[in-house]
Amino acid sequence: MQVPAPFEYERATSVDDALARLARLGSDARVIAGGHSLLPMMKLRLATPEHLVDINDLHDELGYVTEENGELRVGALTRHRELLESELLGRLFPIFHDAEKVIADPLVRNRGTIGGGLCQADPSEDLSAVCTAVKAKAVIRGGAGERTVEMDEFHRGPYETAVGDGEMLVEVRLPLREGAGSAYEKVERRAGDWAVGAAGVAVWMDAGTIVDAGVGLSALGAKAMRSPRAEDALRGQRPSEELFAEAGRMAAEDSNPTADQRGSAEYKRHLAAELTTRAVRRAVERALR
Amino acid sequence: MQVTMTVNGQEVTQEIEPRLLLVHFLRENLRLTGTHWGCDTSNCGACTVLMDGEPVKSCTVLAAMAGGHEVRTIEDMEQNGELDPVQVGFMEEHGLQCGFCTPGMIMTARALLDSNPNPSEEEIREAISGQICRCTGYVNIVKSVQWAAQHETVALPVETAS
Repeated sequence: MQVPAPFEYERATSVDDALARLARLGSDARVIAGGHSLLPMMKLRLATPEHLVDINDLHDELGYVTEENGELRVGALTRHRELLESELLGRLFPIFHDAEKVIADPLVRNRGTIGGGLCQADPSEDLSAVCTAVKAKAVIRGGAGERTVEMDEFHRGPYETAVGDGEMLVEVRLPLREGAGSAYEKVERRAGDWAVGAAGVAVWMDAGTIVDAGVGLSALGAKAMRSPRAEDALRGQRPSEELFAEAGRMAAEDSNPTADQRGSAEYKRHLAAELTTRAVRRAVERALR
Repeated sequence: MQVTMTVNGQEVTQEIEPRLLLVHFLRENLRLTGTHWGCDTSNCGACTVLMDGEPVKSCTVLAAMAGGHEVRTIEDMEQNGELDPVQVGFMEEHGLQCGFCTPGMIMTARALLDSNPNPSEEEIREAISGQICRCTGYVNIVKSVQWAAQHETVALPVETAS
């Protein structure tokens, strides 16, 4: 039987209340939302927080997808199922729906949240690559107020983020720009598994030219789960099969996969190239639609 | 700590350790052993119960987190001496072999039909994609759910069914 190490449990009644509790408890506390990343790690004793602050009662405050001031704003406690059911999100950023369909399974998606996934910062996590691709910004709140960070800064490394003691991620902001197209491509061993490798791409086009691009990679060992060279290869170019393949080659170069039971490093590097190529192709198709 | 939740329509209050998982609270504290405890890693879905009407894997929910919520387990499927149409479907279409995954499958199927009374085969397969039948009896499980969808109004007295 897998049982977490003992801890104290408390339930937050508002974001301010959660922040006050986190400030009081310091580094021994973790926020628990859906719990589908944290509880498995606690059962394996890979995580042993002494205090859990349950924020599931804050759904009214932190569960939403809204359009505001040229951005799509997604509350940190928005569950995977809600992201998948959001027509607004699927229309403006179809990459989210591509990814959500292959994140775990419907039961896990009933509980798991975008904020929980990002804060767990598992190097194989899907929404981290998605948020990197669409150049999302993370809104972190603490006792001293709010700060907004880019995904590059948010990701400090595997299982490490910019969220400090006494702070919590409250919102993800997705900038809305003209001519956007986005797509996510993932290879998994079986339904609901973690990625063997995955690539998320967003492009912004004007008059047939890719004016900007974002390329996020999951499970492929890329620094900050991003491929800057693939983005550079796409920027300022007109779409072509040769260009898509070039972006794939750059993504493979920016990836640094390790061999495990899901595949060899060589195979994963091949996936980085092929999945990026496919995702760019589909993102461009959607931008031109 | 003290936790209060509604299980199968009845309010229960118990003193628990915060680390107690919902599956063990149901099976050991309440002796509702119809909910099965399988992989312990949120992969197999044998422990699936409904929380506020949504299927969740109870091995990955703290009992403390279920406080204030409504939990429904396989024991509540029979109502007033009649089996739920999903249960009858599993009998009619031979939806179980060893039966280990069955309670979880039935709870998910119930939630699916509550929100989508006429699911396609693909929708049924998607709904149960987080659950493993180690007898690999998926074809008959899908048929069982289809049977239930077609016979939602039919309910069998328990004596006839057994």
